[in-house]
Amino acid sequence: MNEKKPLLQVEGLKMYFPLKKGLLSRTYCHVKAVDDVSFEVREGETFGIVGESGCGKTTTGKCILRIHDPTDGKIIYNGRDISKLPKSKFKENRRELQLIFQDPYESLDPRQSVCSILEEAIVCDRKFHTKEEIKKRMRELLSLVELHQDIALRYPHELSGGQRQRLGVARALACNPKLIVCDEPVSALDVSIQAQIINLFRRLQEELGLTYIFVAHDLAVVRHIAGRIGVMYLGRMVEILDSDDLFENSRHPYTKALLSAVPTTDYYREKRRERIVLEGEVPSPINAPPGCPFHPRCRYATDICRTTMPELLDRGRNHLVACYHDGPCES
Amino acid sequence: MDNEIREISCITDEETRLKAKKRRKQNIRYFFTVLFGRGILAKISFVLVCIFILVAVFCPLLTSYTPFQQELSNALKGASPQHLLGTDNLGRDLFTRIVYGARFSLSIGLLSSVWALVIGVALGLAAGYFGGIFGGLVMRLMDAQLSIPPLILALCLAAVFGGAVFSISLIIGISAVPGYVRVIYGQVLSLREYDYVEAARLIGQGNFKILFKHLLPNCFPTIIVMFTMGVGTAIMIESGLAYLGIGIKAPTPSWGVMIFEGYKYIFSSPHLALWPGIMLMLLIISLSVVGDGLRDALDPKLRGKL
Repeated sequence: MNEKKPLLQVEGLKMYFPLKKGLLSRTYCHVKAVDDVSFEVREGETFGIVGESGCGKTTTGKCILRIHDPTDGKIIYNGRDISKLPKSKFKENRRELQLIFQDPYESLDPRQSVCSILEEAIVCDRKFHTKEEIKKRMRELLSLVELHQDIALRYPHELSGGQRQRLGVARALACNPKLIVCDEPVSALDVSIQAQIINLFRRLQEELGLTYIFVAHDLAVVRHIAGRIGVMYLGRMVEILDSDDLFENSRHPYTKALLSAVPTTDYYREKRRERIVLEGEVPSPINAPPGCPFHPRCRYATDICRTTMPELLDRGRNHLVACYHDGPCES
Repeated sequence: MDNEIREISCITDEETRLKAKKRRKQNIRYFFTVLFGRGILAKISFVLVCIFILVAVFCPLLTSYTPFQQELSNALKGASPQHLLGTDNLGRDLFTRIVYGARFSLSIGLLSSVWALVIGVALGLAAGYFGGIFGGLVMRLMDAQLSIPPLILALCLAAVFGGAVFSISLIIGISAVPGYVRVIYGQVLSLREYDYVEAARLIGQGNFKILFKHLLPNCFPTIIVMFTMGVGTAIMIESGLAYLGIGIKAPTPSWGVMIFEGYKYIFSSPHLALWPGIMLMLLIISLSVVGDGLRDALDPKLRGKL
């Protein structure tokens, strides 16, 4: 087991969005976007969160950054529960937690030049005062994300997708962050650019000792960058495992179904690849089924799955699974 | 390979500075190219607006008469070398009155639009960004004001504040506030959901900085168009008020007053109402054309596309 202490511990995180109607905006039900999610992230590692759209990956990330105030649960960052801190006391940690956005076209103000975007992020720190210091820091950041200095004078619409995403990374780095939540940072990019950005992320991690929470739906990308991976389904964490184990040793039926959808480049293996096609649709998070959230689509489901939610239990080797039927039953 | 890229990016300061200088020059050039890029109409409008402003500033230098100088024996005459545009029912020189009228009409139009802009944009930004009870309260107040016809509201306010240029512009400005608030409110509601606002919050930027650095500049296109249209509307409302006997009082030359005075003689000497009317029309059209040009010229997205 890794000796490093956990930088972030999430315990029983719940994020319910109320649905309101009527004149007095009475709450009549909740969207359970994230329901009882727990995991921990150690310093310097990359924790990947995968799952299909609407499963609560992004919401989990945004709760950690306090963009959403979680309904319940603890977010322990550096030994301090930040989930209930009032905004004024959270200020000192605010800049240590940063986010890389999914869409590089919406995350940059179209009326700000690159130079002023970076300046804003640098000046907020109140550590840099003179113009020379700010300029020096700006140059440092640009070269850190491998952007040419010329770019400083341009506006976001004059940059390519990859350049914009690099700029987003530079803005996050300006705050000297410890933990960066990457919210599908490459899904809006070209495949060739994706590789560059991912390698940039890895290099920055080595050089600056960053910790990432990498949210994505592309399993290949996540396996490449993440050390540990959490699989989410309908607001719940169903399996947490090392990324090396992902393709060989996954145990939850949902993870297996996900993996079976990943095509391989090898012809014979591709021919042998067994496709697990899931029946039906993802249930609505407004009205989640009792018991295991996956049971209506699971081929191993039994009575107990329909009534009681399986707990996320350690099955050895850092491998946590929430299923009654992993292991012998499936073969 | 990484090192290679980094070495390239460490270009000397001198070179970057030169490039920055060149780019600034280019930006200024693009500004004017876009501003006049809409063809001859944009150029004419710009010149017209400049002329109107110059006339308003330097009006005493342009004529040898004063706008109040009566010459009853010479009333209701057509154009002549002494009186370029003729005289009105009291024998006052029409050209002089139009020139002085530009001063009053323009200052009322601009001043009241500035009032409306400042109050309306501030309220709209705050209501849209903070929302909640405050936003609801502001919006319901604006709805309440919208339910009162603007002319009636202006009448009531004029009774309270009196009829000087300053108070008239304030009155017209206040009656135009709800329009600004509603439009800016809607704009901010959509803008505040953008990721860059979230990003600004994440780097620790305060609410007011976000409002003025991100939301306000992104509202500029709407604000500019609303402002230039508002100037025309304000001049129109001012003439309406003058007709009702509140606002600018009769001997003072404002275009609105002149139109309504001349309207009594529309069949015998049409030039009395016609000339101020033409001036009003030219001013409003050229202002809105210049406003459109400004909106495009200030948009960084259009820079470098021509």
